[in-house]
Amino acid sequence: MVERYVMSIDQGTTSTRCILFDHRGRLAAVAQREHQQHFPRPGWVEHDAVEIWRNLGRVVPEALAGVGVGRDEITAMGIANQRETAVLWDRRTGMPLGKAIVWQDTRTAALVDDLRNHPGDDFFLERCCLPPSTYFSAPRIRWLFDHVEGLERRARDGEVLFGTIETWLIWNLTGGTAGGLHITDVTNASRTMLMNIRTLDWDEALLEFFGVPRVMLPEIRPSSQRYGEARSVLPGVPITAALGDQQAALFGQTCFAPGEAKCTYGTGSFLLQNTGTDVVRSRNGLLTTVAYKIADQPAAYALEGPIAVTGSLVQWFRDRLGLISSAPEIETLARTVEDNGGCYIVPAFSGLFAPHWRSDARGVIVGLTSYITKGHLARAVLEATGWQTREVVDAMNADSSLALKELKVDGGMTSDNLLMQFLADVLDVPVVRPLVAETVSLGAAYAAGLAAGYWPDLEVLRRNWHRAAQWLPDMDPAQRESEYDNWQRAVERSLGWIKPPNRP
Amino acid sequence: MAGPVQSIERAAAILRLLAGGPRRLGLGEVAASLGLAKGTAHGILRTLQHVDFVEQDAATGKYQLGAALLHLGTSYLDVNELRSRSINWADALAGRSGEAVRLGTPLEGRVLIIHHVFRPDDTLQTLDVGSLLPLHASSLGKVLLAFGTATVESALEVGLEAYTRHTLVVREDLNPALAEIREQGWAAEVQEMSMGDAGIAAPIRGHGGLVVGAIGVSGPVERICDSKGRPQPALITLLREAARAISRNLGAARW
Repeated sequence: MVERYVMSIDQGTTSTRCILFDHRGRLAAVAQREHQQHFPRPGWVEHDAVEIWRNLGRVVPEALAGVGVGRDEITAMGIANQRETAVLWDRRTGMPLGKAIVWQDTRTAALVDDLRNHPGDDFFLERCCLPPSTYFSAPRIRWLFDHVEGLERRARDGEVLFGTIETWLIWNLTGGTAGGLHITDVTNASRTMLMNIRTLDWDEALLEFFGVPRVMLPEIRPSSQRYGEARSVLPGVPITAALGDQQAALFGQTCFAPGEAKCTYGTGSFLLQNTGTDVVRSRNGLLTTVAYKIADQPAAYALEGPIAVTGSLVQWFRDRLGLISSAPEIETLARTVEDNGGCYIVPAFSGLFAPHWRSDARGVIVGLTSYITKGHLARAVLEATGWQTREVVDAMNADSSLALKELKVDGGMTSDNLLMQFLADVLDVPVVRPLVAETVSLGAAYAAGLAAGYWPDLEVLRRNWHRAAQWLPDMDPAQRESEYDNWQRAVERSLGWIKPPNRP
Repeated sequence: MAGPVQSIERAAAILRLLAGGPRRLGLGEVAASLGLAKGTAHGILRTLQHVDFVEQDAATGKYQLGAALLHLGTSYLDVNELRSRSINWADALAGRSGEAVRLGTPLEGRVLIIHHVFRPDDTLQTLDVGSLLPLHASSLGKVLLAFGTATVESALEVGLEAYTRHTLVVREDLNPALAEIREQGWAAEVQEMSMGDAGIAAPIRGHGGLVVGAIGVSGPVERICDSKGRPQPALITLLREAARAISRNLGAARW
């Protein structure tokens, strides 16, 4: 019998990857291409949507060649994507109208400050369960309308389409200007600030408030459903899933029961806890988001603590400071010293996300003395990820009736043993890595395979999950508390650095 | 203690000579400059060319320093990078074999475990990363010895301890075993470190085929080996596929 596979596309912040999985959820082939990060001004982060589309066209055949199969052996394709990143394009030419504005981009800060004052957080929280932040998509659309001549009018006339990255890719995959599907899934839509979290449809009051015409928005679909067939790149293969990358990771970690949580360590880090069919509103700085929706079943929700800068702090250390030549070397450098030497780095590069939500924060390095070496800085880089996770876990424990007993982790940084041990130490719970570290891709594959009948149900997926590594807490409680106190004092020093602009 | 090796001294002199001048040198110039017979100089130059330390200009036949010399210091692969680049394939190997997977590199006459994937049966297991294994009594160590990543001398310095009656404790037994490993491309350890346990390992190669580490699966002898006490062929195939995939990822073109 010919082995068949499910294809997963992970369109992430730094790269586009194509992975093939077999029936037991094991990785069979992987291909990856990085795309360029554009930083045209401080705080601005952009991607070229055409470059990303082109990369997709390259990684797919590379992955197929990796196991020597053709498109006939691919049962279905699922997409996981960087969330909140916004692309606008011309419906007739298919060309993007400017670069995609990435989730880390803070150009909408002034607009967001205004929204928090008027109409205030509650207006938004009641509808989309998100507080205004530079993180989400809708303020970017408003910003573009306010800064690009004639764009708003063209959007009203139906000439412009909006999408997050999965919408852009599916539209192109299914034919583009020749009848491409203009759709998004509930998880991605839940990050725009335009979808009503309960009805799972675009919210009239929010559309009106941001001045976004419905005609430019994609249709909201379940995360796992047969959308249609690809017409290019992999013609004839059904596209059967789309999820935001973090929701995909939750799915890939098989966190299907309320209370189950995972944290994915990539460019940023994202802790999500499944809350079942209940919409739980956080009192402690977490977001309420859609976890997934399988076909016509009720949606599952999640509490989420996003941390903006974790892996990207290591990349900054590598690319901007040049103290290491590859990301994994951060561990080698950190191990040249015993501890952080009293040094702490708060990487508030684009403000602080959960649980602080302070766009006026900027990065600080505190505790510098002539004693500090690059080894101590490397420690502080890794520890920043540990402490930021601790803050989010504390918030989640305060919001949820179920205290975290174990943290399931995934993502590239889980190959860093020093960091994983530090995480277990500061959280004081076991940290567990599953056998497939590529859970974002696995989650998209699982959702796609479910819709295509490749896997029968969630229970089969759950049985595919196996523990690959576990780190147990091993830190003196007094030291944990004093270090946490130091971290919190460091965070205080990062707040309020950006002053409100003087306005006439 | 043996004296200096004359041919290596001469090779070093040739490299210094080529490094000293701005232009390429012909065979006659090299031989005359160092007072060597042309035949001797030619033999050394050809050997240096074979290891990419020297390049010969195709048109003039003259010699210059090779590109490999420039990268001599940077070919070292960080162990954390090796783990990061191996993690997907180590996971897949554990998933397919159903056994625990470890990666090792040499450290001071022993094997340093740099990565460990649990046997995927969700039983209680402890992470071995950072622990040390003996070179002569582990399959990972035997691979490192066989392919020159660790030296037999370094293992001898630590001492060839007899863990079980199967452990290879004399150099005369170890050497033919290492030759066989080089020949077949993988190593086995059957109850040589503790009774009831076995493991197999294969080399991970970097640029130019240089072995930078070893990957192995291990477990109870009855699962790793067949009824005759020989490693199961299917397991060896999975192991070697994983080793090759990692090697390709690290830039070893031919493996």
